[in-house]
Amino acid sequence: MSLRPDLAVIARQIVPDSRVLDIGCGDGALMLALRDSGCDVRGIEIDPESVERCVSQGLSVVQGDADRDLADYPDKGFDYAVLSQTLQTAARPDRMLDELLRVGTRAFVSFPNFAHWRTRAALLLQGRMPVTRSIPVSWYETQNIHHVTVKDFRELAREKGARIEREWFFAGDRPVAGAANWRAEFAVFELSR
Amino acid sequence: MNAHSQTLALTAPLPLDGGGELARVEVAYETYGALKADRSNAILLCHALTGDQYVASPHPITGKPGWWERMVGPGKPIDTDRFHVICANVIGSCMGSTGPASEAPDGRPHAMRFPVITIRDMVRAHVGLLDALGIERLHAVVGGSMGGMQALSLAANWPERAERVLVIASTSRHSAQNIAFHELGRQAIMADPRWNGGDYYGGEAPDNGLAVARMAAHITYLSEEALTEKFGRNLQDRDAKTFGFDADFQVESYLRYQGSGFTRRFDANSYLYITRAMDYFDLAEEHGGRLADAFTGTQARFCLVSFDSDWLYPTSESRHVVHALNAAGAAVSFVELSAPHGHDSFLLDVPALDRVIGGFLG
Repeated sequence: MSLRPDLAVIARQIVPDSRVLDIGCGDGALMLALRDSGCDVRGIEIDPESVERCVSQGLSVVQGDADRDLADYPDKGFDYAVLSQTLQTAARPDRMLDELLRVGTRAFVSFPNFAHWRTRAALLLQGRMPVTRSIPVSWYETQNIHHVTVKDFRELAREKGARIEREWFFAGDRPVAGAANWRAEFAVFELSR
Repeated sequence: MNAHSQTLALTAPLPLDGGGELARVEVAYETYGALKADRSNAILLCHALTGDQYVASPHPITGKPGWWERMVGPGKPIDTDRFHVICANVIGSCMGSTGPASEAPDGRPHAMRFPVITIRDMVRAHVGLLDALGIERLHAVVGGSMGGMQALSLAANWPERAERVLVIASTSRHSAQNIAFHELGRQAIMADPRWNGGDYYGGEAPDNGLAVARMAAHITYLSEEALTEKFGRNLQDRDAKTFGFDADFQVESYLRYQGSGFTRRFDANSYLYITRAMDYFDLAEEHGGRLADAFTGTQARFCLVSFDSDWLYPTSESRHVVHALNAAGAAVSFVELSAPHGHDSFLLDVPALDRVIGGFLG
């Protein structure tokens, strides 16, 4: 099974046998890959059917809301906290970032970049909220309540005193080098504090 | 299915949480499926308040199929082709394990001389059984409702005994509302003149009181939606109300049937003792007041399941346990399943539950 590009990057970076918390783990694709590399991996997922699929594959996943439930996890209980395509759905992404770096020694965050040229073009030329392949749902039904750009995220990390260890950018499934805030549809950051 | 019925006499008296000990304890149990030579494939199934060891074999009194036949058997989610399933009647009950109806050393039934027991006392008897069977480590302990309390108690007090802990529609403590409903049931039994201070063995049992207790409890096992769906305001075998107190409504007739059927198979004193044990259950209290401390250092994997229509042990109770397990760093899964039947959903046809159980047991 081939992983989504942001998940593939994260899976490659995580050292085997680590303890990992996957927040917004969906169907558990990353968790399964990490389990195969010997990781002790736990998940949080809000959608009950996704949780059921995870549990029926033997994954340890808790149905819950990351905005609320992360608070129960002990400090530095994990080597890595992973937040893939979920930051922009959080009630308070800034607090979520704090929580990630509290429960994990390192954190991975991936999100769709709202400053991608296609998004900018849609807004500039059509004057409408963009519906693109990275943001495929209309404004009134999207779960993305806090759109964010690469630039914004770097700024948030700086404000939060989080160190950006590495960053990766993608357009579709191809890596992007340079001018990321224009050219990247997706970004992946590795953070520490 | 091929079931194996046995009764084990514990060799030592059983120490009790309330002080003292219970001598000459017998534990009646059923087993299904073969135990591997290395004894690694045993699953302990814990039954609910009025359940028994006949999980997948006909009930000896009612002749009805086992209470979890849909879940336990060859090729089923709890697969007896792979697992050796053990289900023991809890102490305090009345299906072969020592309880108030059992003979005391003086040759007469214990009746109310039977000590008040706890969920942990029940589990202590189960552990005695596992010791006798030479099963050091269970593949899993599984239970719904009061069975889930036993599973949690085993995980907290004998953490090395189970690799997996599956808790369905259960709680770590009885709420005021839970205790209130149980007290209603107990008072109904004790208000029946035939109860006679619990000394009714050999004579007429307090069936009226026990039936009312069961009727009240049965309401708590079903969702309002399920009752409405099943009965609505339909009348029972009549076209009009009788302007009397006969069972005009189908729901009344159903409850009366449930109540009277129950008295054929259950002992009223057992109902008092077991409901008391459930009311006393508070796993956090046993461990210094903080639930997470009950699970410190556990290596077991946990799975909790709740049902959205269960108002007896609602999802918030399962979440409370999940939060504690997270705080303790335990490997835990949790899912709230959607099912219309209320608390009884764990016994009924909920395909998602089958998948979760099968997947979790591996």
